[in-house]
Amino acid sequence: MPVKELVAEDAGPRPVVGVTEKLRVRGLVIGFVAVALATSAGLLIGPADIDRTNAVKELLDRLPFISVESGLTSIQKNIIWEVRLPRVALGALVGGTLALSGASYQAVFRNPLADPYLLGAAAGAGLGATVAIVTGSGDGVGTFDLVPLLAFVGALAAVALTYLLGYSSGTQRSPAALLLAGVAVASFLTAVQTFIQQQNVETIRQVYTWILGRLNTASWDEVSLLAPYAFVSAMLILVCRRILDVMRLGDFEASSLGIRPQLVRLVVICAASLGTAAAVSVSGLIAFVGIIVPHTVRLLVGASNRIVLPLSILFGAAFLVFVDLLGRTLASPAEIPIGVITAFCGAPFFVTVLRSSKRTLG
Amino acid sequence: MNLFVANGLGVRIDDVSILNDVSLSVKAGEWVSIVGPNGAGKTTLLSVMAGLRPASGSLSIQGRNLSDLTPRERARLLAYVPQHPEIPPGMTVNSYVLLGRTPHLSFLAMEGSRDFRLVEQVLKQFDLSSMGQRTLESLSGGELQRCHLARAIAQATPLVFLDEPTTALDLGHQQQALNRIRLLREEHKVTVVVTMHDLTLASQYSDRIILMSKGQIAAEGKPAEVLDPTRLSELYGAQVKVLKVDGHLVVVPSVSKENS
Repeated sequence: MPVKELVAEDAGPRPVVGVTEKLRVRGLVIGFVAVALATSAGLLIGPADIDRTNAVKELLDRLPFISVESGLTSIQKNIIWEVRLPRVALGALVGGTLALSGASYQAVFRNPLADPYLLGAAAGAGLGATVAIVTGSGDGVGTFDLVPLLAFVGALAAVALTYLLGYSSGTQRSPAALLLAGVAVASFLTAVQTFIQQQNVETIRQVYTWILGRLNTASWDEVSLLAPYAFVSAMLILVCRRILDVMRLGDFEASSLGIRPQLVRLVVICAASLGTAAAVSVSGLIAFVGIIVPHTVRLLVGASNRIVLPLSILFGAAFLVFVDLLGRTLASPAEIPIGVITAFCGAPFFVTVLRSSKRTLG
Repeated sequence: MNLFVANGLGVRIDDVSILNDVSLSVKAGEWVSIVGPNGAGKTTLLSVMAGLRPASGSLSIQGRNLSDLTPRERARLLAYVPQHPEIPPGMTVNSYVLLGRTPHLSFLAMEGSRDFRLVEQVLKQFDLSSMGQRTLESLSGGELQRCHLARAIAQATPLVFLDEPTTALDLGHQQQALNRIRLLREEHKVTVVVTMHDLTLASQYSDRIILMSKGQIAAEGKPAEVLDPTRLSELYGAQVKVLKVDGHLVVVPSVSKENS
């Protein structure tokens, strides 16, 4: 094509159109620092009385080629390795996954208010978990805890139902039809869930605790359950990050540029829903992360999905680890449910960020 | 040689015929303008020709059937700028024009320095280099129009479809935009199909004019052949005169005394 002929292969200075790269690198560095800070705080602070210097020594001791005597008792060591670390790891995984899912939904629906539970994942997971709890499969009795499994299946089934309904309704395969189907499916499943809950009042407290979201039961089992799904979901979404910027032009113009918008939307929705389902199955419903984190990232570095998506993972991870730290220390030894804190500190934080100027990182 | 051929195009919505058996061809290097009164089917025709709207009939580009091409292959052959392009909030001019490179990248690939350099070149041609980091929302109507054209040119296709590129521009910017399209067409050997409202501008810039009415082609040919005052008066339901000023055709409304 003629325009190509105008361009000298390797001549000229570094192209200026690549400057968003700088912003991306700066954002990534800040994101990693935030994760490191939140993780360190999560490991070193807690209700158990563990000397922080010794705790740092204990962590260093596990690194290859380093051998330091921490002086911690075996119980204290256990608290760090089997209580705090899996909890921090799970918080980071859940936070990163929910924030990324939120950012992806917002990208494919071109709607800043879309969140990871938009297509009925929360209602489906809630119903699944309620069924498991009322049937007595969720009290840890027996070899198998059905709560996460049914929550996971419920979330995925709800999204699948929404997708089928949305795309079978009429000839217009518009995102709006999908959103409306999501509202209908969520309302229906919530009604069923409420009905089951009312029929089994003795388990209301357990169901309610699950719905509020929590990380206090975190163990390496939950981490290893979520990690593969979180990884696959993140990889699928991240490879679409450039295409998701093209989708910002709307389906019509994206098609004119050779994209198949419906295919991209399907892939991204599947990936984001898989991640969300896995996250809620181990942590319950933690609200707000999927909206607040991507928005904050966007206010800081602009709206390009190729920057917003990876940064949402990092900031989501740091955010939830930090919020969980607040949840378990503020009212120590009691714990405040993490879902309450995300909403409670999320809203004012969001307002503060909104008021600050755009692109402060640039 | 015909670069683009459309045969028997038809679109019906709720039993209303929007396009009816439209056939046309476009030669390589030509500037073809599609004109006609509101509701004549100009925009529908252009989006159908771009393969973006289902329709009966057949389309071929460079001798290949358009329906046999993948969306990406099609987007490497023809660029399309709608009448009201989407303005994604917060998107910079650089990023926007860079989107034109989309059909040249595989699904997983990112833009390379070659794409960046090409876009830089295009930005320079459109006098947009100094505003590369500005957001689209901060631009004036004329600047925005240049961005849309720049994106289409960055797509590096032999054929460019523009849907009313001069709407919402003042007289000066209309002329600048059309001059630029003419220049680009000569420089890049791009074939241009444009829908337009202004018959005078259409006659001055086009090699050929297609006059549409009620979803059909009413007349087609060189501007002087198509812009016949009697035909225009009939189709537009208005009194018009076609004058010749400095060798150019000028279509003006004529106000008769009884009507004034």
